[in-house]
Amino acid sequence: MARKPLQFRLNGAEKAVFVEDGANLLDVLRRGVGDLTAKRGCAQGGCGACTVLIDGVPGLSCLTLAETVEGRSVATAGGLPGDGSHPLQEAFMAHFAAQCGFCTPGMLMAATALLESTPHPDRNQVVHALSGNICRCTGYEPIIAAVLDVAGEGGGGRS
Amino acid sequence: MTVHRGRGFAAINYPIGMNLGGDPSQALVHSGPDGKFAIALSSIDLGQGMKSVTRQIAAETLGVPVEDVYVDTADSDTGPHCMGSFASRGTHRVGNAVIVAAKEARAIMLEAAAEELEVNADDLETDGRGNIHVRGAPGRSITTGDACQAAQFRHGKTVAGRGIFLIPLSEVDPETGEMTPVSCYAHAALVADVTVDDETGEVTVEQVNSAYEVGRAINPRLVEQQLVGGAWMGLSHALFETTEPRYPDRSHGPVDFSQYTMPGPGDIARHDIAILERPAPDGPFGGKGPGEMCANPIMPAIANAVFNAVGVRVTALPITPEKVLRGLKANGGARPGPRR
Repeated sequence: MARKPLQFRLNGAEKAVFVEDGANLLDVLRRGVGDLTAKRGCAQGGCGACTVLIDGVPGLSCLTLAETVEGRSVATAGGLPGDGSHPLQEAFMAHFAAQCGFCTPGMLMAATALLESTPHPDRNQVVHALSGNICRCTGYEPIIAAVLDVAGEGGGGRS
Repeated sequence: MTVHRGRGFAAINYPIGMNLGGDPSQALVHSGPDGKFAIALSSIDLGQGMKSVTRQIAAETLGVPVEDVYVDTADSDTGPHCMGSFASRGTHRVGNAVIVAAKEARAIMLEAAAEELEVNADDLETDGRGNIHVRGAPGRSITTGDACQAAQFRHGKTVAGRGIFLIPLSEVDPETGEMTPVSCYAHAALVADVTVDDETGEVTVEQVNSAYEVGRAINPRLVEQQLVGGAWMGLSHALFETTEPRYPDRSHGPVDFSQYTMPGPGDIARHDIAILERPAPDGPFGGKGPGEMCANPIMPAIANAVFNAVGVRVTALPITPEKVLRGLKANGGARPGPRR
């Protein structure tokens, strides 16, 4: 298959890789540039584990053609601080919002996008923003509580 | 058309572990020269918190800070044998094995400290903050790190321990069929409040109230987390999840696990839990473990609540709108039960 050059920004850093025709963004992130934070859950757009931000808008990287991010900005959970000091990361830990952790990067990106656009969301807005992300372990309540915690404490949009 | 309210109740006695030819778990503990302990296990943490709980159990038994313990799991090639993470056995079986191993390592650590302090090891105690001191004389002390280093660099001893916990095979009595498959039980009671729409057949869980008796809640936040998450999984099983098509034609799917309906954050019910602690005599610090039972009682409770709401007894999960509507049709309409 033909391979094409692709340039985009990942968490603020310039990336240049060769991608195969039809490659999806999730594969390029995981295999092409080695960012393993976006997870392959269902690989058909049903679970939200691969959620990333493309120019700030949450999207499913498994259903995104890699070549469509040419010249654009992609943000993943890999761009959050490694010491867990982002308010969302701290709130997720305080509320025990992860068990196995597989959905967590997608949840964090969906929540990040919400708080950027709506710094003080109410519960319904949080539920709506997370509704494309499936979690098998927590029953969602700790995740909703964590996002609401950040929304209440001065709000999001601080990243 | 009406939305009917219903309340259902279910209780459960849940066996901890199983017994298919005996049920052993093993643990290996050793200290590095810095006094940090590694626990090797072959059962895995799949999100339920076994690493956290065995870490706490090891730290408490060794008498060292929890930060000084690392739990290494899930290598069944090189780790000590374990039957595995299933049957709600992790906390109980593995926790007990960790205690045995940690006690052996602790005794060696205290012997090394005794030699350094020139006292009898029986007179030493740990403060749980990384110090070993003479009972009644806190001034005469040595850190756990220095004691472990002395053992390895001056006394030529490993600070290590082996642990196994076994529930032996319980033979079946050929006359009566009687056997004792498990050593302890956890318990729960759960009330589900639902609404049933008799036009669409949809069931909505409005509120869940439950009480769980799990022995000692070794990590209360993890227990609560597992009970809330497990109840959601049970709710999902009760109302949504099936690979059978929801409509008569198979092509309408779902045909595999990634296609069937799973409730999202908008479909959860409020869940208030009371955690009761009746420590098990043979459990690690009395712990039994919430395990799989967190997902179980909500299913019959929801089925009972649907029966209470509209008089339809659904006997196969999930309780789909189609099954509710077929039941309503067979009954000639909704037959609400008494308000509970």
